[in-house]
Amino acid sequence: MGSAHILELKNVETFYGKIQALKGIDLYVDKGEIVTLIGSNGAGKSTTLKTISGQVEAKKGSIHYNGEDITSLPAHKTSLVGIAHVPEGRRIFPRLSVKENLLIGAFSIKDKKVIETRMKRVFEYFPRLKERLDQKGGTMSGGEQQMLAIGRALMMKPDVLMLDEPSMGLAPIIVEQIFDIIKELNNEGMSILLVEQNAYQALHIADRGYVIQTGQIVLEGVGTELMTNRQIQEAYLA
Amino acid sequence: MLAHIIQTLPQVIVDGLTLGVVYAVVAIGYTMVYGILELINFAHGEIFMSGAFIGTTVLLILSSVGFLSSVPAILAFIIIIVIASLATGFLGMGIERVAYRPLRSAPKLITLITAIGVSFLLQDIVRFIAELKTGNYIVSAPSLFNDKIHLKTSAILPQFGDALFKSSFLVVLIVAIIMLVALDFFVNRTKWGMAMRAVAQDRETASLMSINVNKVISVTFFVGSALGGATGVLFMIQYGTIDPYIGFILGIKAFTAAVLGGIGNIRGAMVGGLLIGFLEMFAAANLSTLTHGAFGAEYKDIFAFAILIAVLIFKPEGLFGKAVVEKV
Repeated sequence: MGSAHILELKNVETFYGKIQALKGIDLYVDKGEIVTLIGSNGAGKSTTLKTISGQVEAKKGSIHYNGEDITSLPAHKTSLVGIAHVPEGRRIFPRLSVKENLLIGAFSIKDKKVIETRMKRVFEYFPRLKERLDQKGGTMSGGEQQMLAIGRALMMKPDVLMLDEPSMGLAPIIVEQIFDIIKELNNEGMSILLVEQNAYQALHIADRGYVIQTGQIVLEGVGTELMTNRQIQEAYLA
Repeated sequence: MLAHIIQTLPQVIVDGLTLGVVYAVVAIGYTMVYGILELINFAHGEIFMSGAFIGTTVLLILSSVGFLSSVPAILAFIIIIVIASLATGFLGMGIERVAYRPLRSAPKLITLITAIGVSFLLQDIVRFIAELKTGNYIVSAPSLFNDKIHLKTSAILPQFGDALFKSSFLVVLIVAIIMLVALDFFVNRTKWGMAMRAVAQDRETASLMSINVNKVISVTFFVGSALGGATGVLFMIQYGTIDPYIGFILGIKAFTAAVLGGIGNIRGAMVGGLLIGFLEMFAAANLSTLTHGAFGAEYKDIFAFAILIAVLIFKPEGLFGKAVVEKV
């Protein structure tokens, strides 16, 4: 391929049964970028992430990671190549403790020392988690669960972090904290693919943005430019 | 009446404990599979039965080559139970692979009916082989542990009667308890146990954590079936005579135990098994006295199923089935 992009989707089509959810998505993320994918409910944002991580299979098109074809890689292998996916609705394991939730994130790692170092790193981002190690994941507040979901993904030490609506259902102050962490992770070199309904905030921190509508990319551009685009202002920033 | 209950209590406790741990181990097989696939694996009782038959086969082979007389019974027993549990472990894993996995996304009812089909299939295969080899589908195994043990419980309290049992009782009890403790450790303290719980709670998300969900499901079937098969061997050691249909009633009672404890909850299944075992033995010893002879000990089975119905009516989530309150 010889592509310089860390993650690249070409003409990706995905179906749920006979219903076509993605109708040829072209999208890329460069190393060190924050890219956001915005759009309304049911536009195909989550499906795009699920197709990348291998939870649903792409019927057509290709997905490349660092030049490597990962189109038909199953989900449990995609996380191994360096793509972590923080799913919509956080999806914490409710009856596992906070510690176990984090350990699950490091499931593929055998070296206990590596796991320990990474866990310490997660606590630097989210000190709150350290205080709640033995609490069951399901008993935490929404904001704490989102922190845990991101922390769990960080245990894989990904190069690309995909976040699906991390702001969903959270108080504005918590959302701000989460976005600060995302920026911080990005400053340290992590590439971010951020799916959001909260378009304003997402475009604000993003280098580039894509607008998805009924399974197709209808607009793309630099984050701040998209923010001033009239069409977007009317549709998503009103 | 009370005097009779107290007098038989030591025997009820000994018998109930032994039967209870057997139910508990088999119940775990139901509850583990349910926890991970939301499937009631009705073939699990037949896995138990297959374990008993495989164990008997190994025992008969060992005795025919004169191995039994040259080694201590306990060593022969260990060999038998290890072979039987490995074989049933792979059998359970194979059943999942061939019969359940292709139906993973099918409606639950279809998988349930398939499980019942697998259960009939195993019964008939075992019956066919047994009749072919021995001319009779009811098979008797040479007994390994036959010493009588007389527990002088009357010395503790004069109202107590003495408890009498074969030494095989002890073997069953000890082995079953070892299996329960080992499984609890496996599920709650090891990495694969943690993966199993994660898959049970959220299969989709578990796959994002680089957990191979199919592998975890295979491991679950292996472990559950191996425990079930080993319990079949315990049953064979204890009762000596087996047939291809022993898995049915025992399986349903173990399933009742799993429901009683809260299906999907492993510790619940253990407690449920012990409770059903005790209640059944209590009924066997006292039903006739309690009803002034209207119902004899043969009505003890009704107890288990009356409990199942009562639980389903009044506490459908079971004794320990209460989920953690989840905030969104």
